[in-house]
Amino acid sequence: MTSTAVGTDILLEARNLKVHFPIKRGIVLDRTVGYVYAVDGVGLRIRRGETYGLVGESGCGKSTLGRALLRLEPLTDGEVHFDGTDLSGLKGGKLRQQRRHMQMVFQDPLGSLDPRQTVEQLLLEGMRAHGLTKGRDVRARLVELMEQVGLPRAALTKYPHEFSGGQRQRVGIARALSVEPQLLIADEPVSALDVSVQAQVINLMEDLQEDLGLTYLVIAHDLAVVRHISDRIGVMYLGAIVEEADADSLYEVPLHPYTRALMSAVPIPDPTVEDTREQILLAGDLPSPADPPSGCRFHTRCPWRQPTRCDDERPELRVPDVAAVATGAGDARPHRVACHWAEEIFRGEITPKRVTATDTVALETDGLGPVAEHPSPPEADEDVPPVHGG
Amino acid sequence: MTTATTSTTQPGRRSGREPLLAVEDLRVTFGSRTSRTVTAVDGVSFDVAPGETVGLVGESGCGKSVTSLAVMGLLPARGAQVAGSVRFDGEELLTLSPQRMAEKRGAEMAMIFQDPLSSLNPVVPIGVQVTEVLERHRGMKGGAARKRATYLLERVGIPDPTRRLSDYAHQLSGGMRQRALIAMALACEPRLLIADEPTTALDVTIQAQILALLNELVSESGTALVMITHDLGVVAGLCSTVNVLYAGRVVERADRHPLFATPRHPYTGGLLASIPRLDEERGRRLVPVPGSVADNIPWEEGCAFAPRCPNAGDRCEAETPALVPDRGVRDPRLLRCHYPLAGDRTEEDA
Repeated sequence: MTSTAVGTDILLEARNLKVHFPIKRGIVLDRTVGYVYAVDGVGLRIRRGETYGLVGESGCGKSTLGRALLRLEPLTDGEVHFDGTDLSGLKGGKLRQQRRHMQMVFQDPLGSLDPRQTVEQLLLEGMRAHGLTKGRDVRARLVELMEQVGLPRAALTKYPHEFSGGQRQRVGIARALSVEPQLLIADEPVSALDVSVQAQVINLMEDLQEDLGLTYLVIAHDLAVVRHISDRIGVMYLGAIVEEADADSLYEVPLHPYTRALMSAVPIPDPTVEDTREQILLAGDLPSPADPPSGCRFHTRCPWRQPTRCDDERPELRVPDVAAVATGAGDARPHRVACHWAEEIFRGEITPKRVTATDTVALETDGLGPVAEHPSPPEADEDVPPVHGG
Repeated sequence: MTTATTSTTQPGRRSGREPLLAVEDLRVTFGSRTSRTVTAVDGVSFDVAPGETVGLVGESGCGKSVTSLAVMGLLPARGAQVAGSVRFDGEELLTLSPQRMAEKRGAEMAMIFQDPLSSLNPVVPIGVQVTEVLERHRGMKGGAARKRATYLLERVGIPDPTRRLSDYAHQLSGGMRQRALIAMALACEPRLLIADEPTTALDVTIQAQILALLNELVSESGTALVMITHDLGVVAGLCSTVNVLYAGRVVERADRHPLFATPRHPYTGGLLASIPRLDEERGRRLVPVPGSVADNIPWEEGCAFAPRCPNAGDRCEAETPALVPDRGVRDPRLLRCHYPLAGDRTEEDA
C-alpha cells in the first residue's frame, strides 16, 4: 500500500516451509498411503509495515501457507520466525502469546464469527484471553475499535447475522484488531463481498495500515485486488512460490509462464482493452497436489515447456539474468522466478505453443481455428454505433 | 453520425435482426397475498437476437438470476407470481403449459448454472446425463446417443471423452464439471443459452477457457446468449449489449463500448470506480459505492439507489425515474436516472 512506511527489517520470515497432509486408508491400521504436498518448500520474508500479497488459484496451497505461518497447521518441515522469535519450536502458552501479535481475517465473516455472541462479547473474548481487559477502560477501547472499522457504536450489542456482508467483514477486522496485533493475515478478505462493497473493505484496510502501522499478508485469487493493495507479490503454484517481485515489477515484467498466463486471463473492465487483449490459454487443470508432476510442477500445462530440464529438474527460485528487473542490490528487493528458461522466454527466444479453447484434445473436424487472441464477439468490428430503424 | 430520429430504438436491436427472445415488463413477486410480498424483478425488458450476447449485470439481490429462472419457466408455481411477457421466437412462454415448456427446455433453450456440482446429478454418470437429454428431446438411442455424447464432451474440451462418459460429477474438477454442464446444455443445439454466473466458481485460468468456449459457440453456431454476471470484466469482453440491474429494475442499457466509456447511471459509474483494474497505475484510491443494498428505498417512493447515490438530488426520493432514451450521449441508450453522470454529447450535437 504505502511503501513510505515500509522499513527494511523483517517482521515475518519463513524458511523452506513444508506442510504435507497424510492421506490415510483403512480403519484399524490407519495406514498412511501418501501425502498431499500442500506447501512444499516455501521461503518468504515480509518487511514491517508492508503488504505482501500471495496470489494463486484454488489448491495452490496459499491458504495452508497462511495458516502454517500462524502455526495453525502442523509444520512438516521448515521454520517460521516472527519478529526475531522462532515459532516452529513454541508450544502452548508461549505460542498463544505470540499469536496475539499475528491475527487472521477470514474470507467468510459469517462462518468465522460466533452466531451466539454479540459483537461486544466476541471482541472481549480475545482481549480477555490475552489479559488486555485488566486495569483499562474496556468500554472506551471497544468504542475505539468500532470507530476504527467504521461501524456505529450501537453495533456492539448486535449479533453477526444482523449485519450486511461488508459490515460483517468490518466486525471480523475489529476482532482481529482487538488484541493489538502487528501482523494481519487476511485470507480472501473481500472475495465473498459484492463488488461495490469490496472497495469499502480494501480502503478500510489501507487506512488501518497507515494509522496503526500494520503489516499485512493478503491471500487472494484476484490478481487485480492483490496488485492494488500489495507492495510485494508472491505467485504460488502447486505448493511453491514460482515468482516473487515488487507489485509493479511483477506486472510490468512477468517472467514465469504461469504468471503470464494468470495475468492474461484476468478480464479487464474495458471493452477496448478486451478486444485486443492477448490471452495465453492454459491446457487442462491443476494437477493433484497429492501427486505433483516431477521437475517443474507447471510443465504439464506450460506453453513454453522445453524438452530438457522442465520434466525432471525442479527449478529453484532465483534472480534471473534479465536487465529489466531488480537483482536485489542495495535496498531494492530482487525479482525472483522459478523457471529454467526465464531469460530465453523473456528475450522471446522460445515461443509458446498455442492452446485453443477446446484444447487438450485435438479436433480433426469442426473447423475450430486456434484461439490466438481473445476471440472478439461477432460485432466487435463495429466501432460505429449501430444503425437503427430506417 | 446516424440519424437521431429513431432515438427511441433500443440499443442492441440491430436492424434486420429479429429478436429470438423478447422479455417485456417481466415482474416476479414472491410470497402469498396474505403475507408480505417481495418483488424480485420489477418490470424488466430486454431482447436477444441470434448470435448476440446480452449481459445482465448486477450485484446479489438485483434480480438477475430470478429473471433467468422466469424466462426458463423454472420458478415454483406456488409462491412465485410471474407477470409480463416472455416471447421466444414469437411464442409467448408464460402462458405455455408445463408440458410444452418442458419440451422447449433443453431442446430450444438451455441454461448453465453457477455451481456445476449441485446442478449435476451426483449418482448418475456424466455420460448418462448427457444422453438423457438426447433421448428425451431427440429420440436418440443407445450407440447413437453415446456417440453424440462423446462428441459433445470432446467439443467442450474434455480430454479422453469416451472414458469420461462413465465418470461421476465428483470425479471431475470444477472446470471439467462446468464443461460437462455446457455439453449437456448444448446437446440439442439450443438457439438460446442462458449462462448464470458460469465462471464465478472457477479459477481465472479456467474462466478464460470457458469464456473462450462460449464466445466460440456464439460466433460459430449463432446461438443467442444471455450472460448473467456480477463481473464487469467478463461483460466487457463478451457482451454486445449490457443491461445494468439494480433492485429488480434495469437502470441502464447500452452497447458495451459506450457503456464502459461513458457510464451514465451513478450506479454503473460507481461499480466501475470501485473495482481495481489489473492494468491501471497503482496507488489509486478506490471509490466505493457507499452503504449496501439494505439502504435502498422502494421504487414506488423514488429511485431505489438514491440513499447510496453520490449524485442524488431533490427529485430522487420524490419521483420514480423511468427508463427512457438518454439524450445525453451519442449512442442509443436507455437510462433510469434524474441526475446522470456527464455524457459525451454537447449542445452542438443536439
